[in-house]
Amino acid sequence: MKTEYKIIVDLIEEKTRVLDVGCDDGTLMESLKKNKNVDARGIEISKDKVQTCVSKGLTVIEGNAELDLKQFPDDSFDYVVLGQTLQAFVNPEIVIKELLRVGKKAIITIPNFGHWKVRLNLLIKGTMPITESLPNDWYNTPNIHMCTIKDFVKFSKIINFKIFKSLALTNKNISNINNSNLFYKNLFAELGIFLIEK
Amino acid sequence: MNIKENIKTLVIKKPLKLDCGKTINNFPLAYETYGSLNENKDNAILVFHALTGDQFVTGINPVTKKDGWWSYAVGPNKSIDTNKYFVICANVIGGCMGSYGPSHKNPDTNKIYGTDFPVITINDMVNAQVNLLDHFNIKKLFSVVGGSMGGMQVLQFISNYPDKASTVVPIACTSSHSAQNIAFNELGRQAIASDHNWSDGKYLSNNTLPDKGLSVARMAAHITYLSKKGLQEKFGRKLQERDALKFGFDADFQIESYLRYQGSVFVDRFDANSYLYITRAMDYFDLVKQFDGNLSSAFKKTRAKFFVISFTSDWLYPTQENKDIVIALNAIGADVGFVEIKSDKGHDSFLLDVPDFLKTLKNFLDKSYSER
Repeated sequence: MKTEYKIIVDLIEEKTRVLDVGCDDGTLMESLKKNKNVDARGIEISKDKVQTCVSKGLTVIEGNAELDLKQFPDDSFDYVVLGQTLQAFVNPEIVIKELLRVGKKAIITIPNFGHWKVRLNLLIKGTMPITESLPNDWYNTPNIHMCTIKDFVKFSKIINFKIFKSLALTNKNISNINNSNLFYKNLFAELGIFLIEK
Repeated sequence: MNIKENIKTLVIKKPLKLDCGKTINNFPLAYETYGSLNENKDNAILVFHALTGDQFVTGINPVTKKDGWWSYAVGPNKSIDTNKYFVICANVIGGCMGSYGPSHKNPDTNKIYGTDFPVITINDMVNAQVNLLDHFNIKKLFSVVGGSMGGMQVLQFISNYPDKASTVVPIACTSSHSAQNIAFNELGRQAIASDHNWSDGKYLSNNTLPDKGLSVARMAAHITYLSKKGLQEKFGRKLQERDALKFGFDADFQIESYLRYQGSVFVDRFDANSYLYITRAMDYFDLVKQFDGNLSSAFKKTRAKFFVISFTSDWLYPTQENKDIVIALNAIGADVGFVEIKSDKGHDSFLLDVPDFLKTLKNFLDKSYSER
């Protein structure tokens, strides 16, 4: 399993209610059910992946986070997870607010656009960066709102949510992000993982 | 058509108060079963049929001698695996495959009911069928499953009997019959009523049949079960056994011939008055109104696991109407999964060989059964 998923599983307390937004093939949900005994639900936009989830016995609805989070009442989940898709939404602000309305807490992971390889790519080549975690060309990428770890921290102040825990994933190593190391984490981490609250 | 000898019937002695206010008792409910009930009696699935279906879900229908209406989905190793599950299906009341309906005699007058049969509703249908659980001594069904009008019965059943099923699978249906669907049903009813042979519903006493009217009703309805794309691909403008247009009103096009055929075979197996009664029941179905405008309330008492399925090309019961059910369930934190299956086969997709659908249904049931 991806290290990212292991970190998320660790962040989630046992026997809670979790909504995985963009749950993909249900790998994270399965792990959450098995390791943390959670009541897991998923939303997934791809029909094939929904069908894969159903074959694993997972409760998943086919849908789109921007349209379908509306149907869940306030605080209906303990955690809402959004893995590496915030950058693909038309309005990330609305999505974050919806996540925090539906969930008491939210876990958001972002591919870090501030990573040195990305920066170097643009600086040297002068073209939009293509990396392992960002494999698409500028014209066919679903990622329309890329941000850096620093941007996300800044965004928390702009739209007013609390970052409860922030972790950096660098070469499969996990470390905490704080004010004093933000510059370095923003340069070296591939992924930022944030546990946030209203 | 001698249908009696092949039909299992449960006579329901307990009075059933219908939504129209009348009460019926000592009435027959025709049913069929497939597979066997296990010792714990926890492997039973109640399947509800759609408008023109009957209790003969799979195998050869002993009355029509054709394949059961859901042969693709139900049978050994199929989506609803009869090696594993005990499948029960009843003919709805108002129907014409042995259950109490307009072709039965009114015990008070000893005359065939015709349109004197009480108007029945989806609620009445499921209240009659729940008696099968007592008959088989089943406390809780593993699942209730049905498409189209069968899906409406699924929703009504779990709303009426929240503890009587562990899983609930409404397919290609709605919680509230739309104006468009009422309109199509009315077209069918008027086609029947405008056939002289219908004689205000007294045709059986007159020894005539409103075949033409019923056939036109079926032709119109059949179009609504398909999709534009599906029709275009299957028939296009292909001509029927001729090289050129004949400049007349014979069936020049294959689609015309196909529809005429569909109409003509339908009248051999279906009763015109039953068609009126069952379409009426569909039109009256409004679970949202039953719960004062809040569909979520219909499901508040159940802890069952739901799985809703719709089809991309179904314009009769479009995805949005199915999704309204999902939304109502999510609003109360119910356990609900949902998928829209890609298919060009229109509303009829649930009855046909649509592998993604059949696989998904099987996966849902088998996984839920193993985790029960």
